[in-house]
Amino acid sequence: MTIADVVKLLDAEILCGEDHLDTEIHTACGSDMMSDVLAYVKDQSVLLTGLLNPQVVRTAEMMDMLCIVFVRGKRPEPAVVELAKDKGIVLLSTEKRLFVACGILYTNGLGG
Amino acid sequence: MDCVRLEYDVDGENFASAGNASESVKRTLKQLGVSPASVRRVAIAMYEGEINMVIHAHGGKAIAEIYPDHIGIYLKDSGPGIADIDLAMKAGYSTATENIRSLGFGAGMGLPNMKKYSDEMTIDSTVGVGTTVYLRIDF
Ligand SMILES: Nc1ncnc2c1ncn2[C@@H]1O[C@H](COP(=O)(O)OP(=O)(O)O)[C@@H](O)[C@H]1O
Ligand SMILES: [Mg+2]
Repeated sequence: MTIADVVKLLDAEILCGEDHLDTEIHTACGSDMMSDVLAYVKDQSVLLTGLLNPQVVRTAEMMDMLCIVFVRGKRPEPAVVELAKDKGIVLLSTEKRLFVACGILYTNGLGG
Repeated sequence: MDCVRLEYDVDGENFASAGNASESVKRTLKQLGVSPASVRRVAIAMYEGEINMVIHAHGGKAIAEIYPDHIGIYLKDSGPGIADIDLAMKAGYSTATENIRSLGFGAGMGLPNMKKYSDEMTIDSTVGVGTTVYLRIDF
């Protein structure tokens, strides 16, 4: 699927990265522990998380991830959005909870 | 031997800026044409080390020496030091506060991650004086 499909499936708001919505993605991961993401994630291109601090964007950048989905309707501060823009990472915000958002994407064909 | 030497101040008072040095090294390696897999290993190992300097040691200096076939990274701080290095290396061991954990770190996976993604890692630490971590990653 593409990032645009994620937006649709999660009824998400696009915080930045409108230009990259056509990007193909195959896998995702959900976590609130960045060290776990750094330790166990392989080539996942989407990170779903309940955390909002700038290190979430940096973790995604280190892992060459393309898109971050903030769950439970959370929105990071403008500085965090700027950081993501800088790195060409798409930021989305969905009202859904982490478990539900992951479940929807998994059911629709996104791998782990 | 010729190498590209990069040096950074890691600000211990600014959690938001932690990762700047690692990002800069990552960008440089990419530009030099190092393979994406190697760049990723460097980025993760150095980033965990940089985070440690900020959350455990009030910041310090990060030095990267890039050679054609490997990178050497020195992370130097004048923090509290590590009393028991074997214990600190154990997966899951952490002295991080609840506040750090709520930011997504402090799972006790940093040093094990650094070990996992590097080809050589040495920790030189004296309690009350500081810690220097050396990482070598082969390309
Ligand atoms: N630069 C450092 N200075 C002092 N103590 C450190 C440093 N790096 C790591 N430590 C100690 O080693 C422990 C384990 O580190 P790490 O595996 O990165 O886990 P975490 O950072 O999640 O606590 C830390 O909790 C801390 O007590
Ligand atoms: Mg750590």
